[in-house]
Amino acid sequence: MSKEQILGAIRRGLRRGPLPEDQAMALRARLAAHPRHLIPARSRLPRPDQILLFVRNLEKEFATVARVPEADAVPGVVADYLAAQNLPPSFAMAPHPELQALPWDSRPLLTRREGRAEASDQVTVQHGYAGIAETGTLMLPGGPRRPTTLNLLSETEIVVLRASRVVGAYEEAFDLLRAELVPAGGMLPRNVMLVTGPSRSADIESTLELGAHGPRRLHVVLIDDDSAALA
Amino acid sequence: MLATSPAFKQNAAHAMADAGLQKALARTRPQFPAKRAAAVANLPEFEQLREIGKQIKNHTLTNLDFYLETFAANVERAGGHVHWCSTADDARAAVLNICQQAGARTVTKGKSMISEELGINQHLEAHDITPVETDLGEYILQLRDEPPSHIIAPAFHLNREDWEASFRKSHTDLPADRVFHERRDILTEARTRLREKFLAADVGITGANFLIAETGTSVIVTNEGNGDLTQTLPRVHIVLASIEKTVPTLEDTISLLRLLARSATGQDFSVYTTFSTGPRRADDVDGPAEYHVILLDNGRSAMMGTEFQDMLRCIRCAACLNHCPVYSTVGGHSYGWVYPGPMGSVLTPALIGVDQSALLPNASTFCGKCESVCPMKIPLPGMMRHWREKEFERHLTPATVRSGLAVWAWFARRPAVYRLATRAGMWTLGLLGRKKGKFTKLPLAGGWTEGRDLPAPEGETFFARYAREQRAGRA
Ligand code: SF4
Repeated sequence: MSKEQILGAIRRGLRRGPLPEDQAMALRARLAAHPRHLIPARSRLPRPDQILLFVRNLEKEFATVARVPEADAVPGVVADYLAAQNLPPSFAMAPHPELQALPWDSRPLLTRREGRAEASDQVTVQHGYAGIAETGTLMLPGGPRRPTTLNLLSETEIVVLRASRVVGAYEEAFDLLRAELVPAGGMLPRNVMLVTGPSRSADIESTLELGAHGPRRLHVVLIDDDSAALA
Repeated sequence: MLATSPAFKQNAAHAMADAGLQKALARTRPQFPAKRAAAVANLPEFEQLREIGKQIKNHTLTNLDFYLETFAANVERAGGHVHWCSTADDARAAVLNICQQAGARTVTKGKSMISEELGINQHLEAHDITPVETDLGEYILQLRDEPPSHIIAPAFHLNREDWEASFRKSHTDLPADRVFHERRDILTEARTRLREKFLAADVGITGANFLIAETGTSVIVTNEGNGDLTQTLPRVHIVLASIEKTVPTLEDTISLLRLLARSATGQDFSVYTTFSTGPRRADDVDGPAEYHVILLDNGRSAMMGTEFQDMLRCIRCAACLNHCPVYSTVGGHSYGWVYPGPMGSVLTPALIGVDQSALLPNASTFCGKCESVCPMKIPLPGMMRHWREKEFERHLTPATVRSGLAVWAWFARRPAVYRLATRAGMWTLGLLGRKKGKFTKLPLAGGWTEGRDLPAPEGETFFARYAREQRAGRA
């Protein structure tokens, strides 16, 4: 058996047999506690500055950002963005209750389909689960309400995110994920994407080009629902 | 992959005479170090994080059997399958079996150095399954039947003319007189072509940057998004990973991720860092129905407990290649196997045998730059010295090298003189050497070539030999 062979060879190298039970218990305790290591100071900021850091980092990574004062403004901002980019006013949207509750009818020219993305979708609208200020990163866990293909198949992805869901460090986003999306003793979602800007490649002559296989444009609509975050 | 490492010297000479490669090297040589330096300067805690990263990996390796079993148990709990593979043969057979069970005709592939190590493409092709590389750099290499020359920028050695020529030759259904105005046009053609492949594939194969024991998760890091399309669209997702990719927890992984992109491309974070756990759930609307992890040993467990164990901390960031004066002069193909540069000079002898790669640990100026930039603080020069000692003991080294070692030792004891001698040679000798029939000095490897002549390339080139051997089915 390959498994026994591999484990046996590792143990021979370590000059021991299987771990004694007390040591195994200590390791299981470490897994259960999953301790944090050093968290860089750059994201340890007052709330308004944390949001600004998030926005600045998104823009540094070639994403664009629109801040809106309330959720009701989202359809208008989406419609204006698509028009400004000369994109068709139609998109595939994540079937997430927060997105479904938006007043899309206020912009009757917008048409949308809910569900996963298809190859023909030019524009997708995704629900942002969390934002990470440290590097301007979006956390997008897959699932029935947030299909993964929406992050991949379109040329333009729009992510709608509430400012109250912006955290400083990756660790804090994973804390939310563990608390909200991992049932006790359960597993992570099949797919958790951390997305930092639009797709790109530097494979041709080490020169950066946007839009390799994933979206060429990433637009984040940030809803200011966090009064503490407003300077 | 067939090793041409025994021909390192000929390969290197050939590389230095290759105008296209030298143009590409001149372009990238300053780029990677400058970008890394800027990213590191932007994170004051970088040095502390290096030490933390080293400790995380050391802790993992000391308990590797435990963490591997935990990882495998959690993959299975999430509905995935783990295939323990001691050898490359075991792994090739496991991949083929999964593909055949799935009735696969086309397989898309994300970038994976393990795939290169295993020669998966040749193996699948031999069984009438078509593998399609989807990383842009890997895609053109597949069209050209060339191996990667860098572990994160596999086709950096090609110039725009090469891309255009290869696309014209391979995409024959497109108008022959089409014009590529800019790089963007090359990219768009590849994007369109590969999109069809993504949608048609039955199986997607990716590598893994990390395997997380706590959650049974594999992690890939890309900028293009090709890895995500590869692992999301087909019905079956296969992960190729070697045993040392294991890390205990999500938090451990995050700490290593803070080091990875900065050390690799000088980005603060790569565009797509994706955590995959098992197959799609009952109510998911996308994602693969099957999830398999190939856990490959292939010589790594034999490094445990030896002076080479520290090498298993490597996170494949390529910083050591990007800062290596030898690599920056001869490129990646000269090293003759999957892993080039300083990390390859340590790893290759361990994986394919020092008898096949005795020259690689000598391909160093011992300037120490690799160790100083390695995010995992791997003592690369020290380990190269270990290999040289081993090789010396075994008398695998030709007599000329053994006497050359004395010269090297003299230099090595006088670091300042040594650095001066090697640095002086750096930019000029390549040009000078090219005019002669042989190279009396290999740029940047003064200590290494001191007292020896390097013959100019003769007979078959590395590429010709590579292509021929691949055709003959020797993977
Ligand atoms: S040896 Fe160090 S620098 Fe080189 S690829 Fe591995 S981790 Fe990166």
